[in-house]
Order: sequence, then C-alpha cells, then structure tokens
Amino acid sequence: MKIWALRALVVVVLLGVWEAASGRLISVFFLSRPSLIAAKFWSILVDGTLLSHMAITTGEALSGFVIGGAAGAVLGLALGRSRLLAETLDPFIVMFYSLPKVALAPMFILWFGVGFQMRVLFTAIIVLFLVFLSTYTGVRNVSRELVTVFQLMGANERHLLRMVILPSAFTWIFAGLRLSVPYALIGAIVAEILAGNAGLGYLVEHAAAQFDTAGVFAALAGVMLLALTLNYGVRRLERWMMPWREAEDQKEIAV
Amino acid sequence: MTALIAFRDVGKSFETSGQHIDVVRNVNLVVQRGEIVTLVGPSGCGKSTLLNMTAGLFAPSAGWVEYSGVAVSGLNRRVGYMTQSDHLLPWRNVADNIAAPMQIAGASKPEIARRTEELIELVGLAGFARAYPSQLSGGMKKRTALARLLAADPETLLMDEPFGALDAQLRLHLQVELRALCRKFAKTVLFVTHDLDEAVALGDRVAVFSARPGTIVQSLTVPLPAHRDLMRLRYDPDFTRTCAALWEMMSPALSAKGAV
Repeated sequence: MKIWALRALVVVVLLGVWEAASGRLISVFFLSRPSLIAAKFWSILVDGTLLSHMAITTGEALSGFVIGGAAGAVLGLALGRSRLLAETLDPFIVMFYSLPKVALAPMFILWFGVGFQMRVLFTAIIVLFLVFLSTYTGVRNVSRELVTVFQLMGANERHLLRMVILPSAFTWIFAGLRLSVPYALIGAIVAEILAGNAGLGYLVEHAAAQFDTAGVFAALAGVMLLALTLNYGVRRLERWMMPWREAEDQKEIAV
Repeated sequence: MTALIAFRDVGKSFETSGQHIDVVRNVNLVVQRGEIVTLVGPSGCGKSTLLNMTAGLFAPSAGWVEYSGVAVSGLNRRVGYMTQSDHLLPWRNVADNIAAPMQIAGASKPEIARRTEELIELVGLAGFARAYPSQLSGGMKKRTALARLLAADPETLLMDEPFGALDAQLRLHLQVELRALCRKFAKTVLFVTHDLDEAVALGDRVAVFSARPGTIVQSLTVPLPAHRDLMRLRYDPDFTRTCAALWEMMSPALSAKGAV
C-alpha cells in the first residue's frame, strides 16, 4: 500500500511541476499542460474517437503479436532442435536481425498497400525475431541430462517436445513475448504514422500536423494505456501457462 | 539363469583440461537375469561410470559392455536409470512426474491414475501428489524419482545411491519393497551404494571396487536366501558376518585413500 502512495506522490509532483512550469517557463504551444491534456483526453474519450482508434491499433498490435509470436516460437523450436538447420541459417538470421526493421516499412507498403494487412505484417516481422531468438536460446538451454533420462524412458521427439522442451523453454519464450510488447506497438504505430488513416499513430500524427500539442499528448496517453494493458495481459497468460513458477517463487531461499 | 549384462575388460578414461584420468580399468562382471548386484567402493572409483556405460550414455575406452548378448552402442532403452540427481520435471507435480513414463508408453488414463496412486502410496508420498518438486525436500524428490522409475517398469534397474537421502525407517521400507518387487518380477538390478549394510541386505552379490582407477577386487555372493526378511536381518548371524567381511575387504581401499 505504501508503495502505491509513493507512486501517486511521484505522479502528483511531476504533473504539478509541469502544470506550474507550462506557460511560465515554457510555452504552452510546445509542451501543453496536464489540465489541457486531461480535458482533450476526456473529450476524445467521450466522443468515441480515442476508443475507435485504440481498437484499430490494438487489433493490429495483437494480430501482429500473435502471428509473429507463433511463427517465432515455431522457428525457434525447429532451429533449437536441429543443429544442422541452425548452423546453416545462422548467418542469414544474424543478417536479418541486425537490419532495423523500420527500414523495411517502405517495402511493406509497396507489397501490401497501406491498409490493416500491411500494418499487421510489419508488426509481426518485428515480434517474430525477438520471440524467435529467445525461444531458440530457451531450447538450447534445456538440460541435456533431462532429455537423456526421458530418451531412456523411450520418449520420442514428440514426447520430448511436449514434456521437456516446450515447458522448459516457456520461461524464455515469455521473456521474448514480454520484450515484444513495446516493439509490437512500435511496429503498429510507426506503420500508422507512415501510412495510416486510422489508429493511435494516426491520431498522434494528425494532432501534430495541426500543432495540437494537447492532442498529441492525449494520444500518447492512449498509447501508454494500451502498452500497460498488453503487458498485463502477457503477464496473466504467463502465470496461467506456468503455474509451477508460483510455487518456485514462494519458496524460501535455502542453501 | 542367463547372463543379461556383461562387462568385458571394460576400461574408461577421460581427458579433462589436458589431464588423463583412468576412471575404471579391467572390469569384468557378469550379471545374471533377475539378479541384484550391488556395487560398493570408495568415492570416485567409477561405479557410476559403469551404470552410465550400461545405459549407453557413453562407450567404454577399452573392452565392451554386453547387454542381452549384444554390445551396447547408443542409448539402451531397456534399462531405467535413477541417477544421483533426481531429474524430475520442475513443471510437473509429483503425480504427473510419476505418470510421465506411462504416458510415453501410451497407457490409458484410468490405468495411469490407478498406478500413480499406488506408487505414491508405496513411496510414502500420500498427500503430496499435487506438490511441485520445488516444494519437496531432497528425500521426497528421491522418492518421486523412485516411483517414476518403477512406473517406467524397465527390464533392468540402474540405481545410483537412490536411498542416500532418506531416513532409516523409510530407507528400510523402500529396501523391502524394492527387493520384493524385483524378486516378484525378476528384475535385474545394478545398485550403487556407500552403505555396506545396504549392499549386503539388498544384493544377491556384492562387487567390491578398489580406489581409482576402479576395478573389481572381489565379487562376494551374499549367503542369504532370495526371500529374506529385511526387517529381521540385523539379528541374522550370516548377515552380520558378511557385513564384517565386507568391512575388512574395504579397509585397505579406505586407508589407501586416507579416508578412514
């Protein structure tokens, strides 16, 4: 409870300083002020603008997240289990990984147009690499002794995957997924700013084009809200998929 | 009885950081089908190495290991191996850990549930079926691993100090059960232990190892009946005499190591 009081205090102080400084030390035109932003936020919230744009961005980010996450996990599992495949593809993966994915955006617009489809695929490609890498690391980190013990029990590759490898890699897969949340949003919002007529990115872009700083900040608040919600969702999913982790976390440290 | 496992002039050496280490050399041992052979000897004399080679985890550097008349190469899936570390699945609770080998074997759900419950009862873990390994004590993990080994129901059991971390009563209880089960189903067992009493109580034969590089200096046939009452062994003169003889045999190896 105390921690929440301290957090609230930080928010109040920050907003208070901003409110006081705005118009006195810095021009309202550049930095707006919390009261104006709150009013703007409220107005786009009640007229439904914010929610309709947020729904579009959420749809893009989620779809891209699911498609990219699934593809990344499958790829990571396949390469993690096959040394030949991993060694063959390694240089190509490093190459593509080092490439800033934002640089691909013009190509994606060329290939898929400026619609929903392009923005989803753009998000997916960003998420794919992050989830792929963490899944791959996770699979390579599975205890070889554990695998051997199960092979002695007669486990085939499918048994191993289901009983040993996947659950063992879960920790890593989820680390990748959690890391991907902000990137999924970056993907969706960059795509909207570049080539959108809807979504939170468009809302930011549109407000900025009209020099409506309060509008920009209100849209950004919407982005933050969405990021928090997605993060929370991934955490809930993680808890639900890995119930044993709770038991491990509750364990008292003994050496 | 026919020979099931045979070590023929088996030697194993490792290279670690430029150092050449002979772990075992000239090991010759024949284990009959349905026989329980216990392996005793000072730490590091390569007893576990023999189990590893029987399971086919690695090949000997010299000689060969025969299983059922054929030289072992690659994983030997006819053995069940209970290693010193328990190797349980941290993401499965006790019941599901024990169920794993039966799921692999493709047993039906009710059959698995029934057998799991029996085994949990047998190893004294009733009430802990839903606990995760991280919530168990060391001894309870060992018991879970034992139950899982029995669930796998292999032809041969390789056991590396399986009862080390258990209290005296439970240890005796599990020794009784193990011997009874193995006799009943004619299981072949290679059992590594540091406890000489345990070696005599459980074994049909005791193989005594020298210090590293380990080799079998003596193979002792235990003069006790196949169906022995483990609870009353301590009052059996044959048992005490055999244990005393084993202690005598072990003393040179122990004093050579300076570990008395």
